[in-house]
Amino acid sequence: MSIVTAERPQAQRPQRQKLSVVDCDIHPGFSTPEEIHPFLPERWREHVKTFGGHYRQAFADTLSHPRMAPEVSRADAWPPKGPPGSDLEFMRAQHLDANGVAYGMLMPLNRGPGNQRNLGYGAALATAVNDWQIAKWVTPEPRLRASIVVTQEDPEAAIAEIEKRAGDERFAQIMLPPRSLEPLGRKRYWPIYEAAVAAKRPLALHVGGINGYPASAGGYPSYYIEEQHTNVQGMQALVTSLVLEGVFERFPQLRVVLVEGGIAWMPALKWRLDKHYKRLKAEVPHLKRLPSEYIHDHIWLTTQPLDEPDKDSDLAETFELVGCDRIMFSTDYPHWDFDDPRFVLSKLTLSPEKQQAILAGNAKALYGLK
Amino acid sequence: MDRHVVAKVADVPPGDRKLVTVKGRPIAVFNLKGEFFAIGDKCPHEAGSLCAGRIVGLAESDVPGDYRLTRAGEFIKCPWHGWEFDIRTGQSWCDPTGTRVRAYDAKIEPGAELNKGPYVAETFKVTVEDDYVVINL
Repeated sequence: MSIVTAERPQAQRPQRQKLSVVDCDIHPGFSTPEEIHPFLPERWREHVKTFGGHYRQAFADTLSHPRMAPEVSRADAWPPKGPPGSDLEFMRAQHLDANGVAYGMLMPLNRGPGNQRNLGYGAALATAVNDWQIAKWVTPEPRLRASIVVTQEDPEAAIAEIEKRAGDERFAQIMLPPRSLEPLGRKRYWPIYEAAVAAKRPLALHVGGINGYPASAGGYPSYYIEEQHTNVQGMQALVTSLVLEGVFERFPQLRVVLVEGGIAWMPALKWRLDKHYKRLKAEVPHLKRLPSEYIHDHIWLTTQPLDEPDKDSDLAETFELVGCDRIMFSTDYPHWDFDDPRFVLSKLTLSPEKQQAILAGNAKALYGLK
Repeated sequence: MDRHVVAKVADVPPGDRKLVTVKGRPIAVFNLKGEFFAIGDKCPHEAGSLCAGRIVGLAESDVPGDYRLTRAGEFIKCPWHGWEFDIRTGQSWCDPTGTRVRAYDAKIEPGAELNKGPYVAETFKVTVEDDYVVINL
């Protein structure tokens, strides 16, 4: 018998089989709020100290709804010092090594450059976060890949940032918030998509974004559980906009990854859009194919938060309806609604080939990873 | 079935918990107002370590607008997705019939009594002066 003290409670991992996954959603954190300051030019450092950030909501540097857990994180994900996700050694031990992460996609939400009302600050912050990802994470840990964070409301700055990073293979994708000032299919954002195609990078759209509108089509949610669910309708609105505005007709090479939206809502959206399209296509004559065809050719989804129907076979059927070649595994580490790869696996009553595609193969193909 | 000495009573004050391993199984031991309980540490949902979670009560309501906190300190909330388990029984609060973690028989025994043996305490020195938490497994 051995005694393990609980002074610093930590997860006890059972012995597990060897895994090799690509995790498409890992959130890196600042150890201190000031950690990003050395990456900002003097002009913007002064700005932050004097004025701070400014979103399209009442409170600066907060989320719109109180979350389930401090820092939205697993209670066991706090490193010895600093907030969850801020310590590479701890992340390696608790997640990258323990869960067999061959590659991990960084999804920095820090300070929300795309949400900043001051566009100059937003652009400077995006550049700083991109440099910080390389310096703090990707250089010491080659399993991690950075995302090119851009300010979608300032396409010129976004394009400059994309072009600046395009030659650096450590940046796997381009990240912007799906809840922008206008739905992302609108033409004002197209120059960013042109740059994305030229840079041969997918867009990664991680749920969230603070655009000043209620997250729900029905107004401001009262509860976190209610706001949590708006991620689904937010993703549906996003896909609808991208398809119907003709983004994929105009940019046939554009690839889009939807992060943290889950997957089960997609089949219903495809059915409905196809049905409407057959009756209403005169309104959108710039579309040449069924909405579901654009969706399948251009859109990838990440698994977390994985839906949990009572019957695992219902989940398997949903995966088939979405398309097993378009689903990529993600954990959302260190956030509280983290999905463990082994438990996701055990719920997948799919062939081993399809499981492997979802856990790693699809992401490797999309991002060109070995 | 062996008697496993897993903690000195004084080391786990009321309201606290301790993660121990017995026969290779991680077990969460709780001191609930002086009474000791032990349940499996692995959450049946996705295996988060229950011992690393918060100890909570229940927020209950019969109708919207009427709220009360009951059974304060009697549930452990998984550090990952917040599943709550009754510290006494290991029963899940939201799915009491379908989901539970195993509850183990934990009790306090005086060192004087334990020293008559037999017991298992490989990394633990048992003295006659102290009281100990013992899990039968």
